[in-house]
Amino acid sequence: MADVTFTVDGKKLTAPAGTLLIDACKAVGIEIPAFCYYPGLSLQAACRMCVVRIEKMPKLQTACTTTVAEGMVVQTETDEIKQARKATIELLLGNHPLDCPVCDAGGECELQDMTFKYGAAESKYVEIKQHREEQQWSPVVFFDRPRCILCYRCVRVCGEGMDVWALGIQNRGVSAVIAPNGQDHLECEECGMCIDICPVGALTSGTYRYKTRPWEMTHVATICTHCGDGCKTTLGTRRSNDGMEIVRGDNRDKSGINGDFLCIKGRYAFDFANRTERLTKPLVRQADGQFKEASWSEAIDFAAKRLREIRESKGGQAIGVIGSNRTTNEENYLLQKFARTVLGTNNIDHHRTVDYVSFAAALAGKSERTASLRDTANAPAILLLGNDPTEQHPALAWNLRSNVRLNRARIYIANHAEIKLRRQAKQFLEIPKDGYASLVQYLAGNDSVVAANEQTAAFRDAIRKEESLLIIFGSEFRGRDIQALVEFGLSLPNTKFVLLGDYANSRGAADMGLLPDTLPGYVPVASAAHFADEYGAVLPQNAGLDLLQMFDAAQSGNLAALYVVGSNPVTRYGVDPAVLKNTFVIVQDMFLTETAQLADVVFPAANLYEKAGTVTNTYGDIQLVKKAADKAGVRSDFELIVRLADRMGADLKKLVPFGRGVRADMGQTRGAQSGEADRHSVWLAAHGLEPKLSPFDPFATLDEIQRLVPSYSFSRLELLAGSDQHAKSELVQISAAPARRDLVLPSQDTLFTSGTLGRYSDKLKEVLDSHTTPKPVEAAAD
Amino acid sequence: MSTPATTIFSPETAARFDRLVTLYPVRRSALIPMLLYAQDEVGYISDEVVKEVAQRIGITELDVRNVLSYYSMLRTKPAGKYNIQVCTNISCMLRGGYEILEHCKQRLGIGHKEVTPDGQFSLEEVECIGACCWAPAIQVNYDFYDELTPEKMDAVLEEYKTGRGKETR
Amino acid sequence: MPRLVSHPDEVKIISRRFGQGAENLDKYLELDGYKATQLALEKGADWIIAEMKASGLRGRGGAGFPTGMKWSFVPKQSDRPKYVLVNGDESEPGTCKDHLIFLHDPHAVIEGTIIAGLAIGAKMGFIYLRGEYRYLLKIMEKAVADAYARGFLGKNIFGSGVDFDVVTQTGAGAYEVGEESALMESLEGKRGVPRIKPPFPAVVGLYGGPTVINNAETIATVPHILLMGGEPYAKIGSERNGGTRLFGISGHVERPGVYELPMGYNLKKAIYEVAGGVRGGRGLKAVVPGGSSTPVLRPEEIDVGLDFDQMGKAGTMLGSGGIVVIDDQTCIVEFALRTIAFYQHESCGWCIPCREGTDWLKKTIGRVHAGGGVDKDLDNIRYLAENMMGRTFCPLGDAAAMPTLGFIKKFRSEFEDHLNGKPCPYARHEELVGA
Ligand SMILES: Cc1cc2nc3c(=O)[nH]c(=O)nc-3n(C[C@H](O)[C@H](O)[C@H](O)COP(=O)(O)O)c2cc1C
Ligand code: SF4
Ligand code: SF4
Ligand code: SF4
Ligand code: SF4
Ligand code: FES
Ligand code: FES
Repeated sequence: MADVTFTVDGKKLTAPAGTLLIDACKAVGIEIPAFCYYPGLSLQAACRMCVVRIEKMPKLQTACTTTVAEGMVVQTETDEIKQARKATIELLLGNHPLDCPVCDAGGECELQDMTFKYGAAESKYVEIKQHREEQQWSPVVFFDRPRCILCYRCVRVCGEGMDVWALGIQNRGVSAVIAPNGQDHLECEECGMCIDICPVGALTSGTYRYKTRPWEMTHVATICTHCGDGCKTTLGTRRSNDGMEIVRGDNRDKSGINGDFLCIKGRYAFDFANRTERLTKPLVRQADGQFKEASWSEAIDFAAKRLREIRESKGGQAIGVIGSNRTTNEENYLLQKFARTVLGTNNIDHHRTVDYVSFAAALAGKSERTASLRDTANAPAILLLGNDPTEQHPALAWNLRSNVRLNRARIYIANHAEIKLRRQAKQFLEIPKDGYASLVQYLAGNDSVVAANEQTAAFRDAIRKEESLLIIFGSEFRGRDIQALVEFGLSLPNTKFVLLGDYANSRGAADMGLLPDTLPGYVPVASAAHFADEYGAVLPQNAGLDLLQMFDAAQSGNLAALYVVGSNPVTRYGVDPAVLKNTFVIVQDMFLTETAQLADVVFPAANLYEKAGTVTNTYGDIQLVKKAADKAGVRSDFELIVRLADRMGADLKKLVPFGRGVRADMGQTRGAQSGEADRHSVWLAAHGLEPKLSPFDPFATLDEIQRLVPSYSFSRLELLAGSDQHAKSELVQISAAPARRDLVLPSQDTLFTSGTLGRYSDKLKEVLDSHTTPKPVEAAAD
Repeated sequence: MSTPATTIFSPETAARFDRLVTLYPVRRSALIPMLLYAQDEVGYISDEVVKEVAQRIGITELDVRNVLSYYSMLRTKPAGKYNIQVCTNISCMLRGGYEILEHCKQRLGIGHKEVTPDGQFSLEEVECIGACCWAPAIQVNYDFYDELTPEKMDAVLEEYKTGRGKETR
Repeated sequence: MPRLVSHPDEVKIISRRFGQGAENLDKYLELDGYKATQLALEKGADWIIAEMKASGLRGRGGAGFPTGMKWSFVPKQSDRPKYVLVNGDESEPGTCKDHLIFLHDPHAVIEGTIIAGLAIGAKMGFIYLRGEYRYLLKIMEKAVADAYARGFLGKNIFGSGVDFDVVTQTGAGAYEVGEESALMESLEGKRGVPRIKPPFPAVVGLYGGPTVINNAETIATVPHILLMGGEPYAKIGSERNGGTRLFGISGHVERPGVYELPMGYNLKKAIYEVAGGVRGGRGLKAVVPGGSSTPVLRPEEIDVGLDFDQMGKAGTMLGSGGIVVIDDQTCIVEFALRTIAFYQHESCGWCIPCREGTDWLKKTIGRVHAGGGVDKDLDNIRYLAENMMGRTFCPLGDAAAMPTLGFIKKFRSEFEDHLNGKPCPYARHEELVGA
């Protein structure tokens, strides 16, 4: 729309016609107070806090519903306006319990802030206040009615934003109240968005309630460890007996890739980290078959010695390595380097939730063809094939819904199930479970492969008419089907792709070469020359055993050792424990999982919230992970790999490029107070030049990744500033899709499950128990 | 959004509902009349009423409750067979509305929003019922009685007690 | 059955068929029924709107917006269907005029609805009656059915080739639903919470289509205007206030009732002559001139013409035409309390100033009335009411604040008498709960 010019508080401003006055003001730093207005949600004009004076209008006007117009003259903070706002707050406080000292929102409450700003502290209201008990509506949602100021944000975010519509408004007048859909409880997706958006402490979370006050926590923004969307979650931590414990997860500044969104897992399922049965001491199996706690040096020595013996007696091909979907890129990279250079084996794999290799191969050399999670919120047209984002990619589902609501995006969905997102779809096609490949052929013009009818024809026509299309697809597509889909997509004018894999760093696991046949960046093991140069080592040339082959080898007595990092393949793949009885098994994990129970040595590992590094979500967005929590007795997987390598006699300088070249001036020469020291280290970090002083610094490995994996050549400065970097798929070095086993095992997680890890979250368990129908299948391990 | 296979309503009411949802450009417009007619038949808006009405219109039960709790004539608990609604708003107040209310309390032995033990009568103080020029006025269910005095009020109660009162539905 | 009244000063236009059995279609036809509709069909939309503008008819719902002008705002072209919505929610305390129209002249409402539809190009009209008016709804439903049976409604009405449907609708107890946008919400099966304006109903109304909303009396007047001509109708009233209006005179008068008087008729005369003066020869204390939301007048202020402009000049409003007369034996604090209790009960709760403000006012005035008031209460009441005025989402907030301000300004001494535990000189009741 054309720009209009108008005046606010004497300043001449311009904005596109149709912009809301409140937004236009915000854009230039004029903050108009608002309780009920929330960007992206429907307008209410209910709280009357945003009133402003507009010339030629008889009454004060609400800035949240007024659109800017040419020549409009506006005042936003006159005495009259201040008085109006003050009176509104006085009225609110009249029925408000004023229990700020114990309220969870205390210190983060918009009502408190406004009261302070407009000086309404002393209420004229002397009538008796209504007292009501706090209600628990679900395992995560609690409601304290007297604190509610009826801004209806929760109702809208649940309905318009989540498409759950679990909250309503009942009664009228002063009896009006927010009500849950189950009369006295909620039946909903438990996302906590309503709690997040509540400007006061009326809706509070079951995890955080009354535990601490906002200012008593340390807040660390990091990346959610659960699904493949990679939301930014801010963890509030507090000192505990054995380190720093996480007391809250929330979307504090909404600056992440996920915008306003977090699902239950990113918000509340951090509690696995605080479980008492976490391993904190290494365990070594004794002659009697029992585990015994051991010191770190004993345990590491023991494991390293056995590995070395096996490598020397049987060769690297007798050793297998299974990596994780939730460890950092640096850890994954290091693990494969350790496997290939120290153990001397290509027998390395991980639980693959989708076929990233075929995807990389299909897109090799094509630039700008993969989409960021952010793109899903504004792509004008989207084709969603397979998957159920509401359950498996909640942030994506949120983006798609918002995109439809705010930008009228067109979403075309083909699925074998009636997934919930069909409610936002422009067209929905139900197809057989095995019908995805034929559908793609049909879309590409082959009429004979499906029973075409009017609906399928309309679907195809509509897609082909789109000038640009974002194709999002799930694990239903593998191998050649991915190739065919990408080919079809590339035949359309402007297409981007997203492949939906399941966990926080599943994509990173594939990108970093936790695969028997490809090195980091999907370089085939047979063409590993520059890796060999960089590593200064001879790398095994033949593809190693994949995950299932490793267990086959174990069964036939050909796998002497198995090193499992952050994974539970025994449950996930239903491995018979007897298979491993002659294999020396080392497991790094937080818990004594089914796999760990079969191990000979178990190392207590830190989780993603207890370490630093980077992860790559399924879209290829690379993000910084920061250490938020700390637990005495555990080590990061990175450190464990390094220590194991050390005891095996590896040259650590070769394994982790630390301490190279840089003799940093840390600012000592210029005086500490000048502020220069800071800028100095920012610059160094931005260029990857900050000193890596020990082999335990994962950023030294990131340096190497950035040197060797061209698709990861992003700006370090941006990454450190907390913004996501998109992997450059055109720089992937794979040649053609080799004929290979894809071995994909989708995790089948739901909103309330998260593989083995999810089973250790009390909050998720509580929610699952409270949701009687239909109970989502508890997924196996990952 | 469908006609349920089994209904909790009488055939006449069910038929009326079937028609009602077709009268308007959107089905939901039938919601408030449906709730009122359902209440006339069942006596109040029970959970079952909420459920069936939601199903007939194709909205959630929460939607139905949000709406029904807004309107003061809709109730979620049974009232008496004859619900005496006494207006005490300004015009009636000036002409003895409160005296009529007080008189009814005495005669029936119940207070605001209470029901007699035999379930025959309930009493409610209500806002202006649109009979101000004929004040004081009351409604017994949907029927108006105006220019009342305590004596005339007794006569009205007597008629209902003996089953001769008007019963507009 | 509501008692009908008569006075020589009345000019019976809308009320001319009252008591004549016109709810019967044949009788209605005898009394010039459906002639106006046929005339309108013949002459077309532009003519109707021109006559309506000439008539000077101003909305009888309370705000007094010129009806002809309102109709002319509806865009001629529209992608969505247009609608006529008749507001028969009549809930403003002191008002019972539409009651009589539905009871005695239901076909006039149907006719007016059709004509409004012809004027704006709508094919469907809704007649919304408050839920309490069930017996009137049945009368309206029968009238509609009879009109369909004769081909006055439905397809090809009066053989004109024009289709027009009318649907009756019932509310379920909510004053706020009388506000036009809340009325549309209610008709759409929702909570009676008003909508954000703009867009105005004439552009985006019911089901998103352009909609004309008029009070039942306004609509029932339309056929009469077309039959007698806009200009002659205008001449009956006062300047810029065409025609007659149904005034309900209630409270402490000898002959309460609904009287049809020319616009501009003197208020004092209406009370003392038409309605027979204050009951029992008592003195007059105050008059609420246009329904409970209009600011009170003191006896010395009632020598004023009953039209929108003159009442405005007198610092009050013509409102719904419900004149409530209060004698000198009445406690104004109690009256103010009963008034605010109503608004507290009826606030939809959407916006803070009205939801919280009405509650606070009710509690504070209640405490003052009960003898528990303190000095600063009166200033607080005033402060609060002043801070509600013009700040709420819909006019209900004003409707609650305005009369309160009126009472406390004009009868402050009576409030002061209640402070510090002094007994109310007029007290009859321990405590008023409000419904
Ligand atoms: C709180 C409130 C209640 C109202 N109640 C009614 C009502 O019961 N009947 C009515 O006709 N208009 C009522 N109105 C006025 C309507 O909003 C609207 O102005 C009117 O129906 C328009 O019709 P008219 O132009 O014919 O007067 C009310 C307005 C408000 C703000
Ligand atoms: S937790 Fe999420 S789904 Fe549940 S009520 Fe709140 S917003 Fe709605
Ligand atoms: S619970 Fe919070 S978000 Fe919801 S209406 Fe109340 S104050 Fe607003
Ligand atoms: S959507 Fe995925 S990444 Fe985001 S919070 Fe939920 S589980 Fe975590
Ligand atoms: S003023 Fe506000 S709370 Fe009052 S009725 Fe209007 S919208 Fe509802
Ligand atoms: S922010 Fe504008 S009214 Fe609430
Ligand atoms: S005040 Fe009682 S009917 Fe209007």
